[in-house]
Amino acid sequence: MTAADIQRTVGAVWRIESPRLIAGLMRLVRDLGIAEECAQDALVAALEHWPASGVPDNPGAWLMAAAKRRAIDRLRRDQLLMRKHDALVHALEETLEQASFGAEAALDDPFDDDLLRLVFVACHPLLSTEARVALTLRLLGGLTTEEIARAFLVPEPTIAQRIVRAKRSLAEKGVPFEVPRGDALGERLASVLEVLYLIFNEGYSATAGEDWMRPALCEDAMRLGRVLAGLMPQEPEVHGLLALMELQASRAQARTDADGTPVLLLDQNRARWDRLLIGRGLVGLARAEKLGGALGPYALQAAIAACHARAATAEATDWPRIAALYAELARVVPSPVVELNRAVAVAMAAGPQAGLDIADALRETPALAHYHLLPAVRGDLLAKLGRGAEARSAFEEAAALTRNVRERDLLLRRARDCA
Amino acid sequence: MRFMMLMIPKGYESAAPGTLPEADAVATMMKYNEALQNAGVLLALDGLHPPSMGARVHFAGGKPSVTDGPFAEAKEVLGGYWMIEVKSREEAIAWAMRCPASDNEVIEIRQVMDMADFPEDVQQAAAGFDEMRQPARDVP
Repeated sequence: MTAADIQRTVGAVWRIESPRLIAGLMRLVRDLGIAEECAQDALVAALEHWPASGVPDNPGAWLMAAAKRRAIDRLRRDQLLMRKHDALVHALEETLEQASFGAEAALDDPFDDDLLRLVFVACHPLLSTEARVALTLRLLGGLTTEEIARAFLVPEPTIAQRIVRAKRSLAEKGVPFEVPRGDALGERLASVLEVLYLIFNEGYSATAGEDWMRPALCEDAMRLGRVLAGLMPQEPEVHGLLALMELQASRAQARTDADGTPVLLLDQNRARWDRLLIGRGLVGLARAEKLGGALGPYALQAAIAACHARAATAEATDWPRIAALYAELARVVPSPVVELNRAVAVAMAAGPQAGLDIADALRETPALAHYHLLPAVRGDLLAKLGRGAEARSAFEEAAALTRNVRERDLLLRRARDCA
Repeated sequence: MRFMMLMIPKGYESAAPGTLPEADAVATMMKYNEALQNAGVLLALDGLHPPSMGARVHFAGGKPSVTDGPFAEAKEVLGGYWMIEVKSREEAIAWAMRCPASDNEVIEIRQVMDMADFPEDVQQAAAGFDEMRQPARDVP
């Protein structure tokens, strides 16, 4: 192995081991900053040692032992705290002695609560959404600051600062390293799921730039979703969110044509949908429903995505069921955007007039005053009803509201096509 | 990116029909599978019955002909596979290295092709092929 090979191997081992490494250290040192520093010190030690000694049989245990040694050194170095941390140092040394290095031991290592605690700390609601996203990708996704910065198209120092500030806030507020219980759990879990879905959408939404890292963000979010599903197998919304992400990601290859132009769902070549992800998504959705979570917001959205996934052709889509699911979603999480989606589904199920009635009722909603999709949907339904002049002015209104050039061109073309 | 980890057990090419792994080997492998799953990288996995229960279709001379297994010419055969989604080839290798395999086994790592890996003309050719596989739209 060359030095470059070793470096790449260490990077891969870091990706695999760092979440558990940091989580395990966090339990011992109770400070995110110190835990991460010790873990990174261990990584540096690996980079120094492995080129000469070779990659150890159980790299995770090696890193954990090295990181704990760093933690002990750190605590010892600090003379003032020496007495206070005596017991801690002793406990650390004991766990070090017990460290096992067999490959079998690594597989035996139970996926304990530490990782789940780390998830809840990284996604703590006292942090801004941006901070939660950055911290989650860094601590749980094993991404470097540079990779996160590239994925979000922001300068690296911005992300680095965000992470430093987040760690400081967590320490200052004394956020405990624990899994919330009782009533707090639902709210805190919602915050975790929100972070994962935000990461996914950042990768999935067809925003500017053809950065190759962005589809990778979808993969990161799904990977984290799978980890969370393993840690909280009884939480239906975790499975619901994972199903939603997998079902949406199954269409990734079909969402743009060869020159990058977006292809609408109903025009997509369904043979390019990823059957493996669809299968996984449908199983995950069934699990969420079996756990009593059929009415969870993520499970409902997954159920809508599943209707499309199950349809062999666009014409075979079960629109009445989609309309009913949107009605349910609007009841669970009332939102004018959900209602607009329901209008589209109802139009497909029961004809354009029924859809237009719902869309028209949204015209006075302040939240949609600048939302170009409302007039765009109205334009489409009016055109189908043969009300050309009204359709044209709706499309023109929509074109004036969108900031996306490609979309504006499309809307203006549709306006011109109206008789 | 997706990788297949292909398990190649030596001797499996001549295994009798119905040969199954030992219970303790399965138990050890289950722990490994769980580790892959808990890390969020596992997409799919399967074990394959021995070639003595399979068949090969040859296309010599442009005409298909069938040979029942076992296949005298096969030196290495698949015993199963894992499909994983990871960040790099190195990560796939790191995962393969953790497999509690026995000394007669080899794991081959192969990256799964992505449409984006192909030049545009190939992508367009493949898109055309996909269209052909689409069910005809005007058939009720």
